[in-house]
Amino acid sequence: MPNATLIALILLLPLAGFVLLGLFGRKYFRNSAGLIATLLLFAAAAIALYTAYEYFFVYGRTGGVYQKFYPLQFTWLEFSKGLSIDMGLLIDPISVMMLVIVTFVSLMVHIYSLGYMKGETRFSTYYAFLGLFTFSMLGLVVSSNIFQMYIFWELVGVSSFLLIGYYYDKPSAVAACKKAFIVTRFADLGFLIGILVLSYCSGSLDFATLTERLTSPGTMAYGNALSYSFLGVSAITWGTALVFIGGAGKSAMFPLHIWLPDAMEGPTPVSALIHAATMVVAGVYLVARLFPVFALTTPRVLELVVWVGVVSAVIAALIACTQTDIKRVLAYSTMSQIGFMMFALGNAGYGGAQGMGFTASLFHLTTHAMFKALLFLGAGTLIHFVHSNEIRDMGGLRKQLPITHLTFLVACLAIAGIPPFAGFFSKEEILFSLYSRNRLVYWIALFTSGLTAFYMFRLYFRIFWNKPPTRKDSHGHPEGGLAMTAPLILLALGSAGAGFIPFGSLVSTDGKAIESSISPLFSLAPVALGLTGIVLAGWLYRIQNDRPARLASSFKGFYRACYHKFYIDEVYLFITKKVIFNAIGRPAAWFDRNVADGLVNFTGSAALVISEKIKKIQSGRVQQYALYFLTGLLILAAFFIYVFVSQAGISDK
Amino acid sequence: MNLTLLIGLPLLTALLVLLARSSHQVKWIALVGSVLQLALAFGLYFAFRQQRVIDPASQMLFEQNHPLFESLHINYHLGVDGISVAMILLTSFVVTAGVLVSFSQQNMTKEFYFLLLLLALGAYGFFISLDLFVLFFFLEISVIPKYLLIGIWGSGKKEYSANKLALMLMGGSALILVGILGLYFTGGHDFDLINLSKASLSGPAQKILFPFLFAGFGVFTALFPFHTWVPDGHSSAPTAGSMFLAGISMKLGGYGCLRVAIYLLPEGARQYADIIIVLSAIAILYGALVTMMQKDLKYINAYSSISHVGFSLLAMGMLTQTAITGALLQMVSHGLMTALFFAVIGMIYDRTHTRNVDELGGLMKVMPFISTVFFIAGLCSLGLPGFSGFVAEMTVFVGSWQNNDPFHRIATIAATLSIVVTAVYILRAAGRTVMGPINNHSFEELTDAAWNERLAAILLISGIIAIGVAPGWLNDLLKPAAEIIMNRIDGK
Repeated sequence: MPNATLIALILLLPLAGFVLLGLFGRKYFRNSAGLIATLLLFAAAAIALYTAYEYFFVYGRTGGVYQKFYPLQFTWLEFSKGLSIDMGLLIDPISVMMLVIVTFVSLMVHIYSLGYMKGETRFSTYYAFLGLFTFSMLGLVVSSNIFQMYIFWELVGVSSFLLIGYYYDKPSAVAACKKAFIVTRFADLGFLIGILVLSYCSGSLDFATLTERLTSPGTMAYGNALSYSFLGVSAITWGTALVFIGGAGKSAMFPLHIWLPDAMEGPTPVSALIHAATMVVAGVYLVARLFPVFALTTPRVLELVVWVGVVSAVIAALIACTQTDIKRVLAYSTMSQIGFMMFALGNAGYGGAQGMGFTASLFHLTTHAMFKALLFLGAGTLIHFVHSNEIRDMGGLRKQLPITHLTFLVACLAIAGIPPFAGFFSKEEILFSLYSRNRLVYWIALFTSGLTAFYMFRLYFRIFWNKPPTRKDSHGHPEGGLAMTAPLILLALGSAGAGFIPFGSLVSTDGKAIESSISPLFSLAPVALGLTGIVLAGWLYRIQNDRPARLASSFKGFYRACYHKFYIDEVYLFITKKVIFNAIGRPAAWFDRNVADGLVNFTGSAALVISEKIKKIQSGRVQQYALYFLTGLLILAAFFIYVFVSQAGISDK
Repeated sequence: MNLTLLIGLPLLTALLVLLARSSHQVKWIALVGSVLQLALAFGLYFAFRQQRVIDPASQMLFEQNHPLFESLHINYHLGVDGISVAMILLTSFVVTAGVLVSFSQQNMTKEFYFLLLLLALGAYGFFISLDLFVLFFFLEISVIPKYLLIGIWGSGKKEYSANKLALMLMGGSALILVGILGLYFTGGHDFDLINLSKASLSGPAQKILFPFLFAGFGVFTALFPFHTWVPDGHSSAPTAGSMFLAGISMKLGGYGCLRVAIYLLPEGARQYADIIIVLSAIAILYGALVTMMQKDLKYINAYSSISHVGFSLLAMGMLTQTAITGALLQMVSHGLMTALFFAVIGMIYDRTHTRNVDELGGLMKVMPFISTVFFIAGLCSLGLPGFSGFVAEMTVFVGSWQNNDPFHRIATIAATLSIVVTAVYILRAAGRTVMGPINNHSFEELTDAAWNERLAAILLISGIIAIGVAPGWLNDLLKPAAEIIMNRIDGK
């Protein structure tokens, strides 16, 4: 059985780091903050690894099926009977897998930052925020209650905001962190309403109860969920679709991806942790967590998942081919790879071999965490060395930065899907799962993985080969010492070896092992395409020449559209600035000051005017009063006579 | 526990303030008095919890009932349930913080503190009165100090704001008075809240009286469209004045709406629930959109208050037990959060002498503590988990969603939309004020928060976090009371 205290410690250690450094870091731990945080995280990672070992190989499996465990659960906020936010720990294959990934990558980033962020004035704040993020992300993955997940979901969002805005005196960083928060908040609105719908349908917020009630035909909740409808779509379909919108926002899926490239304003190690390896895959994780409901009750929403994933993967890959800022290329590549995970997941079915896509998607999530974190940390070293994000300021760096060069190459080979690196295995599984279930998406995925190889090696050749620009020689250790190189090497080992994890036997839709038998023949096409991409990139970018420019001008309009990210940012800018601010906000503000408040002031001044008019009645002249008195008397007399006469008339009849 | 202590202590403090010799003494007397009151409020909370276990059946605890005017059936009837206890706690937090941040007040200190304490006295009395006449008396006690606080110590167009606020609140009071008298005459010549809740008022009478009472208390709590005193009143008031206005005074209205209007007139409430929902859904969204366009920090917080208080009123209109609990949670949460916000705006203004976001910028560099507090207030306002705003808003949403028809659904979705708009205006304000480069180089010389300001901020933040991290204690306090109100609405 899982040990609740131990698993809770995985979460509490980073939280302790946050509280300690957040409150006292500036005063007492100015220099030791990094070390404290790293040690805490090292302990957390060790416990996570131990937990994973115990779960997968000691107690997790009963009768060939991995069980779900709830070592800890308590009511946090009770709304009404049966409907409450519970805080709990959920231990199942995907949460254990994520525990390991998150703590491992976070540890690497903690170590790397010891070198990268050295000498920053807000060093302790930085580590406090990292601790907050790690805690929130871990809380998200072990959530046993959908509202608990939403809570940590929001906390993850705010720690991402804080870290993107770490250089708060840079206007671009401020704009980027605002954008990231607001766009994901908008998506979270979908998640929130989705939670409301699902909880109303199922009468529970607990994942286990909710999933069970919404997937077993015959129960009342199931019947209600399907029979209520809005705009011709059943309540449950709305619910899952809205939840998916939340996931799409966090995972930077089209059309909610616009915040991710800008999020690169944060320190580079942060991009590695949050905007590549962990937080951005939360959307995938969310769909995986509710997968039975998606697959068994609302398969139509899974189709939406597939196509959102496909569009994101393709457009991000196209845009990545044209960008010149290394971090932006990596950001778009992240978006594209998450697109892969999404459509693999959306394409899967529940149970047995049909669930292949589910396994493949989470496998890719794991390998991607390794090689993408590695790529970002490598980019960090490069940026540290040349003091620029632009790839044209780099070039010919393979001799000056040998470790970075080799590890970067490993990561590029992994993402390009070249055997035996990790990306090859996970990508093969994705393609294989698509081949039998959705041939069209298979071809699109094949094409996109070719593009992936191309744009990654464009980066590689442009940075490490090509002609070096004239630059002043950097002083000190070019690769930043052991703190910065050790994580690169460890992650490179991960990127090279993670493919050999027998993933199919560990993670699947129903907990039973899946046999993946991909013949080498099947791998021929993707690998050949990948190699073509690499060769093409080498031909264009290995040495300085005018071929890239000629190529770009021959695709003129298309190239420009890609380069400008298909003008999606401009559309958003139009909607927010022109429509929401100018057409709604401004009139509302005007209305309040002039109409709503005007009415109040009008009442005030009307009272003044009227009293000014009628005060003349009180003139103090007795004759006038006598006149009023007499008039009143006459009117009253007339009235009474009228009443009397008409009464008499009635009684006469 | 003798509830009269809760009124007696502020009264004593206020009188002692009048006797003090120097402004130094005034401040310390006020601080000691409000800290004692805070301790008393905690004492009340723990005593209440203990007594609740012993006596789970009674609706009100620690009751005392003495006749004041026997011929008119006016009684000095006090008693508390979970709602009152929560409101007393909130009031004592805000009062203590308000007294602390006013330590830098130079001008006519004695009068200033006397009025602050008088306002607090009114609020304490209001929350524990069970006799409508006495309740109304305390409500009125809290109006006049506001007028003077704004008119004398305010800034900007303070005379105009003070007049507007006092007149609108008096207008509200007039409506309440009509409603209370109506209750008195239809409910068998009685002002007693508990007796009235047992008397059966006829349907037509309820329908006539409800709008008077709800709109009357609604003016106090910025019910749309009676909200226009809020922006001017808050922005002209001195810091502690704004804190008291938004943190306490607006809660008097919310409490009255629930305790008097809805609880005593359930049929009326059912009749007008849809109108309340429409008005408050408008207030939520419209308030948020208007906030988005503001440049003055105090206007930003004032308009955002309209939006946030809208959640409370919306939840009341939803008439489910969860929603009503949410309304109460939101009242407590908003009281703490908005007091914190006004406190921090005051700290910024005292230093930079501007509240215009375009003239500020980069304050994080020169005053990290104040800026962090600003951020925390903002994050609470936009409903971040871990702070009280999240707990309250989510309870409101879940409670509202329990009404299963398109009208309530659409209103709820409209209300949820505001969480995005809130994020926009909060981040916009934070981005321009505390983040970014320093615009004005004279800011580089400024100092961070003083000890009294730090204490005030920490006090309010600890309240916010205590609710945000472990909401159970407050929920347990409010839910049973909300259930009693709900049972009456359901006619049980």
